[in-house]
Amino acid sequence: MSATAESHEHAHAHHHEKESFVSKYIFSQDHKMISKQFLVTAVFMGIIAMMLSIFFRLQLAWPGESFEILNFFLGDKWAPDGVLDRNMYLSLVTLHGTIMVFFVLTGGLSGTFSNLLIPLQIGARDMASGMLNMLSYWFFFVSSVIMVASLFVETGAAGGGWTIYPPLSALPQAMPSSGLGMTLWLISMAIFIASSLLGSLNYIVTILNLRTKGMKMTRLPLTIWAFFITAILGVLSFPVLFAAVLLLIMDRSMGTSFYLSDIYIGSEALDPVGGSPILYEHLFWFLGHPEVYIVLLPALGITSEIIATNARKPIFGYRAMIGSILAIGFLSFIVWGHHMFLSGMNPFLGSVFVFTTLLIAIPSAVKAFNYITTIWKGNVIFTPGMLFSIGLVSTFVTGGLTGIILADSALDITIHDTYFVVAHFHIVMGLSAIFGMFAGVYHWFPKMFGRMMNTKLGYAHFWLTIIGGYGVFFPMHFVGMAGAPRRYYQYTDYAMFDGVADLNVLITGFAIMAAAAQGIFLFNFFYSAFKGQRAVQNPWKSNTLEWTTPVEHIHGNWEGALPEVHRWPYDYSKDGWDEDFVPQTVPLRSDEEEH
Amino acid sequence: MEKLLLVLVVVLAVIGIAQLAKVYQLSSELGKKREEDISPTSNKVNGNLLVLFMVGLFAFFIWHLVKYNGEMLPVAASEHGVKIDRLLNFNWAIIFTVFFIVNFLLFYFARKYQYNPNRKAYYLAHNNTLELIWTVIPSIVLAVIIIWGLRTWNQITEEPGDDAIVIELYSKQFDWTARYAGEDNKLGYANFTMITGQNPLGVITNEGIDAKIEELSDEITKTRARLANEILPDSKVEELEDRIGMRGRQKARVMNFKKSDKDFDVANDDKIVKGEFHIPVNKPVNFQIRSRDVIHSAYMPHFRAQMNAVPGMNTQFTFTPTITTDSMRMVLDDPNFNYILLCNKVCGSAHFNMQMNIVVESEEDYKKWLSEQKTFVAPEEETEEVEESEPEAMATDDETN
Ligand code: HEM
Ligand SMILES: [Cu+2]
Ligand SMILES: [Cu+2]
Repeated sequence: MSATAESHEHAHAHHHEKESFVSKYIFSQDHKMISKQFLVTAVFMGIIAMMLSIFFRLQLAWPGESFEILNFFLGDKWAPDGVLDRNMYLSLVTLHGTIMVFFVLTGGLSGTFSNLLIPLQIGARDMASGMLNMLSYWFFFVSSVIMVASLFVETGAAGGGWTIYPPLSALPQAMPSSGLGMTLWLISMAIFIASSLLGSLNYIVTILNLRTKGMKMTRLPLTIWAFFITAILGVLSFPVLFAAVLLLIMDRSMGTSFYLSDIYIGSEALDPVGGSPILYEHLFWFLGHPEVYIVLLPALGITSEIIATNARKPIFGYRAMIGSILAIGFLSFIVWGHHMFLSGMNPFLGSVFVFTTLLIAIPSAVKAFNYITTIWKGNVIFTPGMLFSIGLVSTFVTGGLTGIILADSALDITIHDTYFVVAHFHIVMGLSAIFGMFAGVYHWFPKMFGRMMNTKLGYAHFWLTIIGGYGVFFPMHFVGMAGAPRRYYQYTDYAMFDGVADLNVLITGFAIMAAAAQGIFLFNFFYSAFKGQRAVQNPWKSNTLEWTTPVEHIHGNWEGALPEVHRWPYDYSKDGWDEDFVPQTVPLRSDEEEH
Repeated sequence: MEKLLLVLVVVLAVIGIAQLAKVYQLSSELGKKREEDISPTSNKVNGNLLVLFMVGLFAFFIWHLVKYNGEMLPVAASEHGVKIDRLLNFNWAIIFTVFFIVNFLLFYFARKYQYNPNRKAYYLAHNNTLELIWTVIPSIVLAVIIIWGLRTWNQITEEPGDDAIVIELYSKQFDWTARYAGEDNKLGYANFTMITGQNPLGVITNEGIDAKIEELSDEITKTRARLANEILPDSKVEELEDRIGMRGRQKARVMNFKKSDKDFDVANDDKIVKGEFHIPVNKPVNFQIRSRDVIHSAYMPHFRAQMNAVPGMNTQFTFTPTITTDSMRMVLDDPNFNYILLCNKVCGSAHFNMQMNIVVESEEDYKKWLSEQKTFVAPEEETEEVEESEPEAMATDDETN
């Protein structure tokens, strides 16, 4: 690789003799650039999904009231006189959930950090296949565009919930948004799955084959372990969703009946008999459950790294952490039925899923305790990244605990599909995983953009976000315990929910605050990318290899030879060393034990 | 107007924050302070804030518990519901304890062990005893939860005895219908092909079969005639041919009913009820749950009962109500209280208002009420099908409540 020594100017440089603008910024095959592309796209998708949630939160807090802002954004068709249409409500909820889960927390989180960190932390010049990597991003981009475009369809964007259960999603007669809107949803997801598979295969191959000398699997940073298992989960489970989507497309347009049977709708008995909606549920959740770990594991990996670095202390129980990632990864494939206790599936099968699901609590508990022990007797520096990591641990514990209730089929009878579930999954995904993503951005921003984000603004962002986040999702548990179902346009038709109506106002208030706080982040992000303080090579005094590359991005990552690794990444505050960190490239002393 | 102001405030806030940001950015550049150098003051402030936040979070939690205690679901009104609540409370006890302890340790340690240049962190890579402890203890607790949970689940999902009253809950966009099995406690057979304006549940009766065959044959003949006599665009021809095929298959299906040796007369004493349905206290009720169009879910929160209604299959849920509506009104001191059945699986635009009242009463009252309900009458003559109501319109009227 001769071109590697050449150093490239950073994002604001305009021209370069050797490389055109297009191949450098658009169809780039450099993993660092692709990582930035994923991040920026995900940030935009995140803004859209957040706005959608504010739109429907307004309706939930003040049902039937008129809001100029709704009319402004949604127009006369979907918000006549500023009152949100009830079909549009469901479309908004569906697209909000879909975008958040797939585009922000799958594409955005894995796409950004797996791409950035895998080559840099294992000591590789780039991903195994730059071409596949580039395709992965462009598929992601195209699917994002289609998904957002579906919001502008005449009959409305898909509205059956992000789980799009048939027959509702299969029959335009059942709901206008099950027409073109749903078609676009399905096409977008099919492309998204292709993107995800291309990315995941690349990550797996790269981690297995391109580790630098000395980088044994047992010396990998936990980030890499998390990305590795995440990629494996993706490769094994996304194809199943692909199959589910394909069969649904066939049911919708080719007259097959995989999911349809005995349906009378629009004053007419339909043809299909013998299909089963339950089949779809099985296929969907066979991806759906691993998906929540696809979302969560990278965040946990990022946090492991940031907590160790900023506590200036080795991550406690490195092998147990790897073991728990493996255990969670494995178990996540045999628990999908906990979403289906009340689907009409055989109750005995339900019992099996109760057992496997509750087992996941054990490796999860191990992780939580290990984080806390890492902080114990550490020397903790509160960078914004560290604060978000601490926030992640808190929300992971809080959200994980309510999972114990949902995993118990007998208890699920009362609260299945109520706001309790919404509270639970938002605290683990909407807070924990998002916090992991923010933590990663603050921590690796200097690596991505060669500049620092403003710390004070980072603090403001963190504090408003954690207060807003708990403020939004904590009360939802109580709304759910009052029996309020999810995906309801309004609760005013039931006297039994009047008592928690003011909680809905409180929630929306916090949501608006939390959303506004993201303005601080956006400002900090874009402003710092161009005008931030220039970064030094290793700002956080970290051990991992990415901090041995030059601040300015170059192709091939390292000038000259690849670094050689001599130790694990967590030698912080080790006895016998003056500095409180010992990078992985430093050879072991003759009398030194590895750890 | 008020809301407009709110929006304005938000917009202003965002602008304000952006301005503030600019100032910050300039100030930090002027001072030449490195962003990654976290000053002791900042560290201290954030450490204190973490603990303060923890206290706030705990207070927020307790405030909810105190203020909204009365708004949560009231005591379970069914036999198994009491068991569920007992199990739930046990789970809560564990969860609250862990929530407080673990969050406390996290925030407390973070503050306590904040950076001090004169100290070195304790190099602790692992400790097998500790790790064993926090693997084993959760395992034991979970074992208890699992065993207790599964026992409760098995009891709830047991097949009902013969003494259980059989009631069908039939769902469609966007309302519920209840069908009582009548004297024989056996529901008549039903099939979606048999649905007509007068027979919304598609209950099969011998007369109904004949009428349906006639109706389908009629339609086929008429359509054939249309194809033969009219000049139609190709797409229309195709559509009509499809239609003939479809009606033919349906006819074959209905003919099969005729051949079957099932006794369709069990349907004759069935009773169909809309608006509200009644059940007797202290008698097990077996709900047979069906759907006509998309997935719905029969959710009866006061009885801790829920089960999906899936087109193409029968699902069921059995419970024994233990508190009459009147007693519950006294307990809650709310004369307007009603038990309700809600839909809890998104099913379209009016999903949020697909409900039916449930009345629990003494057995005598129940028998009296039931005897006043009309028995199922088989459709006489097929008339041109009339859709009962437009889904959109359904949503707004309060027919079901
Ligand atoms: C501003 C912050 C957010 C607010 C106020 C918010 C609020 C809500 C609400 C009220 C619902 C509707 C629940 C229902 O009716 O069923 C919902 C659904 C959902 N949200 Fe969020 N949310 C936020 C952020 C997030 C994030 C960060 C995620 C990422 C995982 C997320 C994932 C979902 C999912 C998966 C659904 C389910 C959609 C469905 O029912 O199909 N949300 N959100
Ligand atoms: Cu799951
Ligand atoms: Cu519904």
